[in-house]
Amino acid sequence: MPDFLKIEHIRKTFPGVIALDDVSFSVAPGEIHTLLGENGAGKSTLMNVLTGLYHPDSGEIRIDGRRLSFTSPRDSLACGIGMVHQHFMLVPAHSVFENILLALDNLPNLFSRKKYRARIKQLIDEFQLDLDLDSPVWKLSIGAQQWIELIKLLLRDCRLLILDEPTAVLTPQEAERLFKVLRQLKKQGKSIIFISHKMREVMEISDQVTILKKGRSIASLTRGEYDERKLAALMIGADKIPEWQKNLQLSTQISLDIQQLSVRNDRGLSDLEDFSLQLIKGEILGIAGVAGNGQKALAEVLTGLRKASHGRIMANGEDLNNSSARHSYIAGIAHIPEDRKTIGIAPDMSIDDNLIMKSFKNSAFARGIFQDKKSIRRNAQEKIAQFAIKSGPEGTPVRYLSGGNIQKVIIARELSEKPAVLVALYPTRGLDIGSAEYVHKVIADGAAQGMSTILIAEDLDELLKLSDRIAVMFRGRLIGFVDPQNSSREEIGLMMSGETGENDGGEA
Amino acid sequence: MKLVTERREISSPLLRFSAPLISIGFALFVAGFLLLASGVNPLEAYREILIESLGSLYGLSETLVKTTPLIFAGLGVSLAFRMQIWNIGAEGQIYIGAMAASGVALFSGIESHGLMLLTMFLAAFTCGGLWAGVAGFLRARWQVNEVIVTLLMNYIAILLVDYLIYGPWKDPKGFNFPLTAQFSDTARLAEYFDTRLHSGFFLAVFVALLLYLFMERTIWGYQIKVIGSNPKAARYAGMKTGMAIFMVLFLSGAIAGVAGFSEVAGLQHRLQHGISPGYGYTAIIIAWLAKRSAGGVVIVAFLMGVLLVGGDSLQLLWQLPVAFVYAFQGLILFFLLASDFFILYRVKLIKGAADA
Repeated sequence: MPDFLKIEHIRKTFPGVIALDDVSFSVAPGEIHTLLGENGAGKSTLMNVLTGLYHPDSGEIRIDGRRLSFTSPRDSLACGIGMVHQHFMLVPAHSVFENILLALDNLPNLFSRKKYRARIKQLIDEFQLDLDLDSPVWKLSIGAQQWIELIKLLLRDCRLLILDEPTAVLTPQEAERLFKVLRQLKKQGKSIIFISHKMREVMEISDQVTILKKGRSIASLTRGEYDERKLAALMIGADKIPEWQKNLQLSTQISLDIQQLSVRNDRGLSDLEDFSLQLIKGEILGIAGVAGNGQKALAEVLTGLRKASHGRIMANGEDLNNSSARHSYIAGIAHIPEDRKTIGIAPDMSIDDNLIMKSFKNSAFARGIFQDKKSIRRNAQEKIAQFAIKSGPEGTPVRYLSGGNIQKVIIARELSEKPAVLVALYPTRGLDIGSAEYVHKVIADGAAQGMSTILIAEDLDELLKLSDRIAVMFRGRLIGFVDPQNSSREEIGLMMSGETGENDGGEA
Repeated sequence: MKLVTERREISSPLLRFSAPLISIGFALFVAGFLLLASGVNPLEAYREILIESLGSLYGLSETLVKTTPLIFAGLGVSLAFRMQIWNIGAEGQIYIGAMAASGVALFSGIESHGLMLLTMFLAAFTCGGLWAGVAGFLRARWQVNEVIVTLLMNYIAILLVDYLIYGPWKDPKGFNFPLTAQFSDTARLAEYFDTRLHSGFFLAVFVALLLYLFMERTIWGYQIKVIGSNPKAARYAGMKTGMAIFMVLFLSGAIAGVAGFSEVAGLQHRLQHGISPGYGYTAIIIAWLAKRSAGGVVIVAFLMGVLLVGGDSLQLLWQLPVAFVYAFQGLILFFLLASDFFILYRVKLIKGAADA
């Protein structure tokens, strides 16, 4: 059967960043095509190109052999490409029926509710969805809300459905039902692009898998040509691990003792479950795991952005989770946040101002209520020189800096207080090699001076290179520790997918 | 072919600087058609505005008189805007400030000139602040939208003042007009050059200076800017954003309240109906045009003063309605907001879909 969608040599750059370098793959009718890749590999940019939000710099998108160029999501919808986003686009206060009607842009001014209800009902019955058309959306489970999104696309006769990590928000049972629906859609000849990190699901549902790495499609494999190991190896990449001088003599002092920590999210599910860990002074503890397995919750609890529902974080004999020491401690913990632009910086303010965000009250930068502009400026000059920040003219708002330089500003600020503990989330995500190397050096230097680091990253190369120990997380639990010196990428990859040991393949 | 917009990575400084001037230019141009439609030569009208407002000592003094409340209110509004808190209620805060100052002037019986003015000032400051503080509290505590609260409280404030001057505070010797008795001399600000120019103007410039120092030199101003730029980052850095929201709205309302004090103590010398003909709303335009900087507020408030005084003369000369002045203000804001779009985005032509 000829391919429904064919993508050839797509390239999309943003100032300073190559988001997509060279991506090609094709999807046949009735095929479930999985896109696999680490965060930052270019999956979301690719989806934005396919749904018309971004215009590629070069490359071709062909549908039924016709070359197309989308300038808006409307164009791509008109060509039968629809997407279910990770965050649903629903009006919570409106009923299911009203939400579905919203999606129809050819709705006549006067229309028969009956006719549309019948059509929607038909779809619901066909896929055996348990959906009440008159119930307001906010009352529904996340799984049911996802069905609404699907129905919206089906009513528009979409021929290619893109699902962006659809199971990330679902319970296993809901995910099972979703897969049943997907298989049914496949039988009807719909094409599906499925994005997921979860190996097990990828193995279960895909007909074809394309692996993205650093903006390139490095392989497209058909079912039967791959197994979990092979996919993990391809996704993570088999570049040589650069040599790195490690801090071999670890101290015996414990800087942070995390005991049975649990964190629940808004829906009452556990983001972190019974998590225990001892952080040794001066060590870099890598945390490996597929995104969304509790790493973020761990970082947020440690840095005080979220509260634990259970468990203790002990430092110097005090429980930081519950005691009044929490506040001062949290102010003293260094944190390189995952989302640097949304919480790491004040984008409209200068480097000078951003560098003192945590220490603006200190006597170094303030005399009484007045700011000491001279020492603030001097501090900025020092940090700019020390961290080689390309800063533009004095007073330039940091939002105009490149991602790498913004990251350097954050790191310079976080490390300036000589913290005992650094929690770094994906500290090199989106950085070029030079900047990433620099960030590594700074973290290693800190460790040499006794700073303990919890390094959360997806890039196994980075973890293996830097860490003294690697802890692997899966579904909010600690699966086990790995010695980076004596373990293979495959081993870690398998643990990341929830395999706990040699032949223990059970659910964690 | 299709027009698409794309966000600019870096906005040009030249564009940012010239945007307000270009906006005023466009507003003058479009307002010209309004004038033409009323049978007035726009160039002549614009010349008339300048001559009336700046061409004589009297004109200039009148312009400064109008500028005074605009500076206060503009400063108050711009302070809140700096933190992305939208105080639309300067109008009501002016009324409350005027009411509080009048209450002190009429009923306190203080005899010392200095103490009387100070008490009036503090009363206006505190009451204006608390009035806006209600919105601040609601926003900080329960995320109630401050735009709605401050806006609706304007009506309450204006009607409250009306109640007082039609009722309990009405001057018994006032032939039933809705106004209070005249203040005694102890409750009046000094006047200069035999004109209506009063010390409120100098106070306004002084407050602008203080506010500039507050924003640019103190750790509080620093926090306000961080919170305004990115509240999430501020929380992450350990700042108490809720308290800051309340304090900023309080201060914002307090400064607007001082406008009310300055109007009653310096100009009207009594509380009466319509004490502010919309200064609080003009202040929003001023704060926006001034890019929320204290120095900018003083300059823009002066320009608005020119427009108000000049507009008065248009009414006299050509019987143009006062609405013309408001229409002109609206046009400026309209073009200014539009210019923000062009500062942030670039418009591009792109070849259309399906060129098979």
